[in-house]
Amino acid sequence: MYDEKFKESLKAVEAARDENIAYEPARMTADEKDQLLAAYHPDYKKSEFSTLRIGPNKGEQVPHELAEMLEAHSRIAASDISLDDVKYDVDVLIIGGGGAGASAAIEADNAGANVLVVTKLRMGDANTMMAEGGIQAADKPNDSPAIHFVDAFGGGHYAAKRELLAKLVCDAPEAIQWLSGLGVEFDKTPDGTMITTHGGGTSRKRMHAAKDYSGAEIMRTLRDEVLNRGIPVVDFTSAIELILDENGKAAGAVLMNMETHELMVARAKTVILATGGAGRMHYQGFPTSNHYGATADGLVLGYRVGAKLLYADTLQYHPTGAAFPQQIFGALVTEKVRSLGAKLVNRDGKVFMHPLETRDVAAASIIRECSDRKEGVDTGDGKAVWLDTPMIEKIGGEGTIEKRIPAMMRMFASYGIDIRREPILVYPTLHYQNGGLDINVDGMSTTVENLFVAGEAVGGIHGRNRLMGNSLLDIIVFGRNAGQNAAATASKTTVGKLTLEHINRFDKEREDAGIKTDAVSPKLLPDYRRK
Amino acid sequence: MENMVQIYLFGKQYTVPDNLTIMRAMEYAGYQLVRGCGCRNGFCGACATIYRIKGDRELKTCLACQTKVENNMYVATLPFFPLVKQVYDIEKIKPTEQIMMQLYPEIYACVGCNACTKSCTQGLNVMQYIAYAQRGEYDKCAEESFDCVMCGVCSSRCPAGISHPQVAMLARRLNGKYLAPKCGHLEDRVKEIKDGTFTELIEALMGKPVEELKELYNNRDIEK
Ligand SMILES: Cc1cc2nc3c(=O)[nH]c(=O)nc-3n(C[C@H](O)[C@H](O)[C@H](O)COP(=O)(O)OP(=O)(O)OC[C@H]3O[C@@H](n4cnc5c(N)ncnc54)[C@H](O)[C@@H]3O)c2cc1C
Ligand code: SF4
Ligand code: SF4
Ligand code: FES
Repeated sequence: MYDEKFKESLKAVEAARDENIAYEPARMTADEKDQLLAAYHPDYKKSEFSTLRIGPNKGEQVPHELAEMLEAHSRIAASDISLDDVKYDVDVLIIGGGGAGASAAIEADNAGANVLVVTKLRMGDANTMMAEGGIQAADKPNDSPAIHFVDAFGGGHYAAKRELLAKLVCDAPEAIQWLSGLGVEFDKTPDGTMITTHGGGTSRKRMHAAKDYSGAEIMRTLRDEVLNRGIPVVDFTSAIELILDENGKAAGAVLMNMETHELMVARAKTVILATGGAGRMHYQGFPTSNHYGATADGLVLGYRVGAKLLYADTLQYHPTGAAFPQQIFGALVTEKVRSLGAKLVNRDGKVFMHPLETRDVAAASIIRECSDRKEGVDTGDGKAVWLDTPMIEKIGGEGTIEKRIPAMMRMFASYGIDIRREPILVYPTLHYQNGGLDINVDGMSTTVENLFVAGEAVGGIHGRNRLMGNSLLDIIVFGRNAGQNAAATASKTTVGKLTLEHINRFDKEREDAGIKTDAVSPKLLPDYRRK
Repeated sequence: MENMVQIYLFGKQYTVPDNLTIMRAMEYAGYQLVRGCGCRNGFCGACATIYRIKGDRELKTCLACQTKVENNMYVATLPFFPLVKQVYDIEKIKPTEQIMMQLYPEIYACVGCNACTKSCTQGLNVMQYIAYAQRGEYDKCAEESFDCVMCGVCSSRCPAGISHPQVAMLARRLNGKYLAPKCGHLEDRVKEIKDGTFTELIEALMGKPVEELKELYNNRDIEK
């Protein structure tokens, strides 16, 4: 329910609705976009970044909060644990039980490897579970992997590693087929044609969805398959330090039981980091759409053993985070709301941008509306703009919202807002880690042997901005790829003597650089207790 | 000024602002959550919770991340519930009535009490989807159960010991794999890619200077 203070603005939005539906705002030119981003996008705010003083990316800029974790102390000293006391001894150790980790587990198991999955919370308590909008694949006759490539490469500011992106788009249709074969229910018409929509920055309608539970549908199916195969999953257990062998190859991890804090050693021939994103780092104080365990752990674990990062300075702020009511502050309002026709409208009921610009441009445009242009709506906790959801019912017919975005309808209905009749208030929220660990096309880190990385922990597939629907795609394509290659590499690997010597090396580097810090990492969980 | 309410977490009283969710209220009270907290936004089912408002006869269930505190609320979380998950080979099973009888025979012991539906944190018609599963109508069971977050609350209330979310999971996979219409254009495209139809195009793009790719990108024609 909206109280008195919103009434006037709501009236303006309603009055302009029919006109706004008919109005087709111009898309911005390349120059307009560049200027807008430089002035308003959080990635361009220099004061919010520090220069790394140690490690493989020394001299590069990352957000303050990440720099602190990357330069921090390990949670353990090498002497805290005996590496001879091996609790788990496997071919492939997978760290992180989200979509990337589950896909990797299934493929490594297929290849005959002995696999172990460890994960911080439960399997599926992960960003994958939360994805609403959908997954891209160029499988329609008017589309092609080449068109998909151009969309993603341009949307990512021409910074993607081309060989990774080429693999992403070329393997996409097969990824959808693989998921269908496992029983994932995609939205289809009665003749089997996929129902596809646009996402921000796409030039063809190639967003496949399972209502607005796309990620949940994929995640629960993958989890079910992992369990059917009897692949061991150790939950409530985090990796807190990687272990190398005497030859400098990744060879396991120190694990910590999240409840008892017991430490354990897992030895493996190859390791896959699939730890996901970083929303709970709350960069620049932003709220986030991410799950509770999204704290950039994989980046920290990899960095300490010498794995190189790529584009760790770029984050994705989703333009439409919920800004009201306060209970769901920062929660995602899926881009599909705009795909289905809802436009962004300011305090005075004016449409101020094309609803399907790429995410970074849309976020910057909303920030401009709410700051310099002073056209934001005051929510009591900050400014926001309207996303005019009733437009969807007018365009698509009554019932469209319930059929296509039931999760959205439910989320707002819990707080007395009927999105079929009333618009909602939105503001950018920290959503996705564009950057991450640098990999080759086989999924292995460019600098640490036998360390594979998959999913949101990877940097470079999408360049400096990711299009909606390309992340669910990448966790499947590169998750499977990592599983296959990690299993193949494991079959040729003999593990040497285990060591944690890198902790001492890193400590020395920190000391030599004169860095004084009490921080320990990885962060594992945010602390929301009242201080 | 914040309005405060009294709540009871596992029986112990705390005073918290009335605009918090149960999950945030626990943190406000000083809990560092590990169990019972996953997505924090209604998708993962980690935060199943049972509560009673003092004086009410009715026991209520909810997701802690999706529900506001109320005055005199007695809260107990249900961070784990022992559901039964049967294992099967999705390639080998068939979408016939037999498969439910084999894997989840207890669904035929449903007494029709509707406790599952009344307790569902997602407001689903759980008893109905179990009825569909009994009859082998997996497409309907899949549709009816689609929004299930597998929190297990319904199962905790069921006198017949049914693991509803696992039954529904099986039905959805059967439907997705075997019953839903096959997608022709997807199969065609996978084959085209395997046959190398796009290899040259992609290789050409890989080799182009950025300036040319910018041209291509800025002049794309965009499907209406
Ligand atoms: C709300 C939301 C909506 C989204 N919508 C879309 C969409 O519509 N389309 C799209 O393509 N993408 C979408 N995304 C992005 C996409 O869902 C994620 O980028 C992707 O699912 C990440 O998958 P992952 O397997 O890499 O990470 P996750 O799914 O997050 O899994 C990582 C797992 O690793 C665990 N972990 C972390 N650290 C450790 C550690 N130290 N030890 C052990 N385990 C650890 C985590 O707890 C988690 O379970 C969305 C994301 C969010 C948050
Ligand atoms: S059907 Fe059962 S497990 Fe699924 S959401 Fe409802 S209560 Fe939870
Ligand atoms: S609670 Fe159990 S017995 Fe009662 S209606 Fe539901 S499934 Fe049947
Ligand atoms: S924490 Fe995931 S549903 Fe509440």
